[in-house]
Amino acid sequence: MRVLEERERVRNVVGQRLPRVDGWAKVSGRAQYTDDLTLPGMLFGKLVRSTHAHARLVSVRLERALQVPGVVAAITGRDVPVRYSVFPVGQDETALAVDRVRYVGEPVAALAAVDPYTAEEAARLVEVEYEPLPARMDLEEALRNPEPRIHDYGPFGNVHRLASLEFGDVEAGFAEADHVREDLFFYGGNTHAPLEPHSALAWWDPGARKLTVWTSHQGPHYLHRGLAKALGLEEHQVRVVVPAVGGGFGGKLDIFHHEVCAAKLSMLTGRPVKITLTREEVFYAHRGRHPELLRIRTGVKRDGRITAMHVEAYLDGGAYCSFGPATLLYAGTQQPVTYRIPHYRFQGVRVFTNKPPCGPKRGHGTPQARCALEVHLDKLSEDLGLDPVELRLRNLTGPNELTVNWLEITSNGLRACIEKVVEASGWRQRRGRLPYGRGLGFACSAYLTGAGGSIYYSDMPHSEVHLRVDRSGGVTVYTMATEIGQGSATAVATIVAEVLGLQPQDISLVTSDTDLTPIDLGSYSSRVTLMVGNAAYEAACRARDLLFDAVAERLQVPRSRLVARSRRIFDEANPEVGASFAQAAQWAEARFGCLATSGSYRPPQKLGTYKGSGVGPSPAYTFSACVAEVQADPETGEVKVERVWVAHDIGRALNPVLVEGQVEGSVHMALGEALMEEQAFRKELHRGPSWLDYKVPTVYEMPEVITFLVETDEPRAPFSAKEVGQGPLLCVVPAILNAIADALKVRVDEVPATPEKVLKALEEQRKGRTGRVGPTKVPPFSFPPPERVPRPQSWEEAAQPA
Amino acid sequence: MERAVRLKVNGQEHRVLVPPHRTLLEVLREDLGLVGTKHGCELGECGVCTVLVDGEPALSCLVLAHEVEGHEVTTVEGLATDGQLHPVQQAFVESGALQCGYCTPAMVLVTKALLDRVPEPSGEQVREAVAGVFCRCTGYVKILEAVQAAARRLREARA
Amino acid sequence: MLRLPAFQLLRPTTVAEATRMLAELGPQAAPLAGGTDLLPKMKRRQLQPRYLVSLRGLRELRGWSGSPEQGLVLRAGCTLAEVAAQPAVRSAYRALAEAVAVCSNPILHRMGTLGGNLCVDTRCTYYDQTEHWREALGWCMKAPGPRSPEEVPCRVAPGGSRCWAVSAGDGAPALIALGAKVRLVGARGERVLPLEDLYRDDGIRYLDKSPDELVVEVLLPPADGLRSTYRKVRRRGSLDFAALGVAAALRLDPDGTVTSCRLVLGGVASRPLVLEEVASLLVGQRLEQDVLERVSEVVHRAVHPMDNTDFTVLYRRRTAPVHVRRALQALAS
Repeated sequence: MRVLEERERVRNVVGQRLPRVDGWAKVSGRAQYTDDLTLPGMLFGKLVRSTHAHARLVSVRLERALQVPGVVAAITGRDVPVRYSVFPVGQDETALAVDRVRYVGEPVAALAAVDPYTAEEAARLVEVEYEPLPARMDLEEALRNPEPRIHDYGPFGNVHRLASLEFGDVEAGFAEADHVREDLFFYGGNTHAPLEPHSALAWWDPGARKLTVWTSHQGPHYLHRGLAKALGLEEHQVRVVVPAVGGGFGGKLDIFHHEVCAAKLSMLTGRPVKITLTREEVFYAHRGRHPELLRIRTGVKRDGRITAMHVEAYLDGGAYCSFGPATLLYAGTQQPVTYRIPHYRFQGVRVFTNKPPCGPKRGHGTPQARCALEVHLDKLSEDLGLDPVELRLRNLTGPNELTVNWLEITSNGLRACIEKVVEASGWRQRRGRLPYGRGLGFACSAYLTGAGGSIYYSDMPHSEVHLRVDRSGGVTVYTMATEIGQGSATAVATIVAEVLGLQPQDISLVTSDTDLTPIDLGSYSSRVTLMVGNAAYEAACRARDLLFDAVAERLQVPRSRLVARSRRIFDEANPEVGASFAQAAQWAEARFGCLATSGSYRPPQKLGTYKGSGVGPSPAYTFSACVAEVQADPETGEVKVERVWVAHDIGRALNPVLVEGQVEGSVHMALGEALMEEQAFRKELHRGPSWLDYKVPTVYEMPEVITFLVETDEPRAPFSAKEVGQGPLLCVVPAILNAIADALKVRVDEVPATPEKVLKALEEQRKGRTGRVGPTKVPPFSFPPPERVPRPQSWEEAAQPA
Repeated sequence: MERAVRLKVNGQEHRVLVPPHRTLLEVLREDLGLVGTKHGCELGECGVCTVLVDGEPALSCLVLAHEVEGHEVTTVEGLATDGQLHPVQQAFVESGALQCGYCTPAMVLVTKALLDRVPEPSGEQVREAVAGVFCRCTGYVKILEAVQAAARRLREARA
Repeated sequence: MLRLPAFQLLRPTTVAEATRMLAELGPQAAPLAGGTDLLPKMKRRQLQPRYLVSLRGLRELRGWSGSPEQGLVLRAGCTLAEVAAQPAVRSAYRALAEAVAVCSNPILHRMGTLGGNLCVDTRCTYYDQTEHWREALGWCMKAPGPRSPEEVPCRVAPGGSRCWAVSAGDGAPALIALGAKVRLVGARGERVLPLEDLYRDDGIRYLDKSPDELVVEVLLPPADGLRSTYRKVRRRGSLDFAALGVAAALRLDPDGTVTSCRLVLGGVASRPLVLEEVASLLVGQRLEQDVLERVSEVVHRAVHPMDNTDFTVLYRRRTAPVHVRRALQALAS
């Protein structure tokens, strides 16, 4: 009810184009990132890494390294043998390899020295003996060769996880269809490549028996738990502090080797130990986009309405669990959020391979399937002679619906988003009338505003905020919301400022310190604006209540007439009757004592009860649509993306500048994935772990970006503000692929759609074959029979004959 | 072989005892405590270590400290004057041209170098100026806007 | 952070002093100009010279002289940015201006030198990697690490006996097409030679000069109506090396007949590939459809890239004729 009231009021700061609260520190070079920190007596740590993709680790000899003057300590897997993983069911990683290495670059030893040169010199002297094992470098190879297993757990062979679910009856659904189409798509692996390499500074206090770790990380809470487990400490003995972070995108969410090792080395030496990864090592840390093969089969009526859909996903997980179980399920969750799919089957498998582990990257498991689906629907529309946009419109979900896979959609601006980009791009007038080589492509997508389930099961809040008003009128907010560039600090400050009638830069923020700030699960699944925002909103409203009570009493004004605005609290009917914020704070402190409030947030309970139903639910979903315009060169296969129109259902933009920035950044990352980024391997080695070889787009590749922010009413979000950090990326990748197809009349059903592949598709066409490059078959694999999940009542009722 | 090197950084003279193999990047960050200059690869590929040497952008990870004796080095810490941000810095904040902030010191410096040389740059010149620094957050869109906004601010200040 | 290995830095003040140092120190020393190629390779331990002979203090290597009518002399210590900024280069020797413009990125233009660009190390995706990576590979012929060179194969062509690292600089193809010569100064004297003779068809010993010889000058002949262009094929608009570089220079009669022609490809061999056959095919012809088609066939046959750069071998072979044709068409108009 409170949110509904707020919406009617005049907005002071929400919706305004204000500078971000951490802008001045960053632009002046004052913002401190982890590698900027030094402590007295600090040692420099270095990891020694495996040169084999798969091998038994026979021995690791530290003697020669330890003899180098200035080397203070060195460890191997035997010193930190506890298994851990950010995912409860995982628990398959150790800080250093114990008896087996599973990818080139996996750490096998760590040492600490008085200066970085000594550390590097000594690292060269660590003697490692390997007994090579056959390495499986892609999914097919790993499935074909179940022995020797990469891990000793998992259903069988190199299979890590399986999912097999059916909502309704797909065979019946296909039987009803007038047309059934099946397509294969391969989405290649890629990585986050944040500008700031990972870094951790650990300091063990032997007297207090307390470990403090400063680290460039997105999820201090999960790391906190993981470090305690890995190091055999109680959680209260560990403190995680996150300084400024130079980009994460999901790549800094795991529990990392360098973090545990820096901590262990500090515990052994009693001195601070810092480990900062080189750029090459960042590619080995990875935890990026799973390479994924998808098979989608859809049945439609003649008019385009979907009757059934079957999605099969094959995920190449790399060497360890990471967030893999969630990634696997995410491959199936979002399709029914954009389109009404009466009968839906999702089956997926995650397979281990001998490469750096894959994990969550912007979109986390949804981009691959979304891309495959949007390309598939384009082809379906061709089969039916329908405009691709029209096909979507005939199947769209709407607001306040329960999907066939039991996900609750509240606000839904997808139709408005589609209409916006269609109109702005001139789609209806131009598509089909452009000269050969120029094309328009369309796609839409949906994403979560925060995962409804936490990584480990608990019934506690997902986010808590403390707020303090001091007698100078200063407001301090304590939150574990972790600023990674996405603007979480500004979002929290904006919400609190709005409630208290202040400006965002009036709010002091204490963030991401497990000793000082109450829980927040972390910056992932785009949860911060909604979840931390709601908790902050609650804390701020409680503080405002105290202030209003005190002012009402002092000034004898009816409480219901008080407003907080422009750093004052005053009678809305007689604005000159009021007090400055600072005065109000003093009155309130005199009246009530310490002005400290808190707020918390717990997402709604999930509605599904099937296995895996914990992945997919969200308090609210965002929706995006995209039209991309490309100019392709049929002689060289080069594709230039000239213009991208993106419309995003943001609910309400807390700060449009920051929201636009996220959309534009998403376009950049989507472009990279669509056309040139590839975490590729050759001869068991990463093909190019550098900025030169890993192709992040430069300024010259960027198209013109035209952004539309669509507003919808989202009662579950603070001031209706939903996410924007991940949603927009999802529709841009397939829009580009569909645009290439429109431009050249050939299909590249693979990401990245490089010039080589485009040229190959054109060549196939010239030779009279299908102008297509892409997978032609799935590996021989049998999924277990699906768990049959009854559909929600609304679907059964809708299916009843009238 | 260590040698005392006189470095002029942000208008201040420093004397550091460093061997020839220490780069300007390392000396700035580790000997002079000027950590505003960032590092993302140390191979001259990402551009975030950019500083100005005699007003021109240079990748500090590929400059030997010994070789900048007698030259003027400007880092991001040297842009503000009298406690006020440089107009380029202000433009970046107001345009929303930074998110994680890691490329920002480099972006701000290449912008200053451009506008000192070309007060009214074309779109092409702006793109060229920032082409040496990667950004993973913004997609460069607001950075390009910020450069033009900074150019306008500087012209107005001069008028 | 990747850091340099220790070395001694020598700072001669004359070219004579520099060449003397290089002659005395032999393979333990390397000349240091802009450092944009040498220093990264040292950080990755591909090269570990114990002495760096800095060329930065050598005033004899700065500046330029001449004109398009007389011919241009560009000294090797000019930065790429300085070369690109010269009106004479931009108006009369366009291939050079265009090559420099697409070289690496604008910041590196101000650091890298003309001489350094011409002497840039050959490149290979198996070679331009860190020490750890190359150890995991098992080293390679060009950088054998702790193994002895004879026992380590070339990873691109393991059955062969030579290194296939690629000449990927932009300056060399452009200048060769323009008919440039270079002056080398060594401890024992100096010599002038056509630029193409500086390069050898070998990934390891890719320069035909002794270690003490320095490139001091690039000599461009009078422009005399020369039309020239340089096209670079790379995945992105900045930073990337050429997977293919096309330098074309020709003179046309008033009626469009080619009177002289040079075509040089970079990025496809261990040295810039001078396409003599194509050039002689074009002389006396006009740049019409049928002639260009024959050129395409010749180019396709002449180009044999190896799988050690960006883009697949097949792609580079397929598109080389396209880019050559486009370069020639650009010059015809």
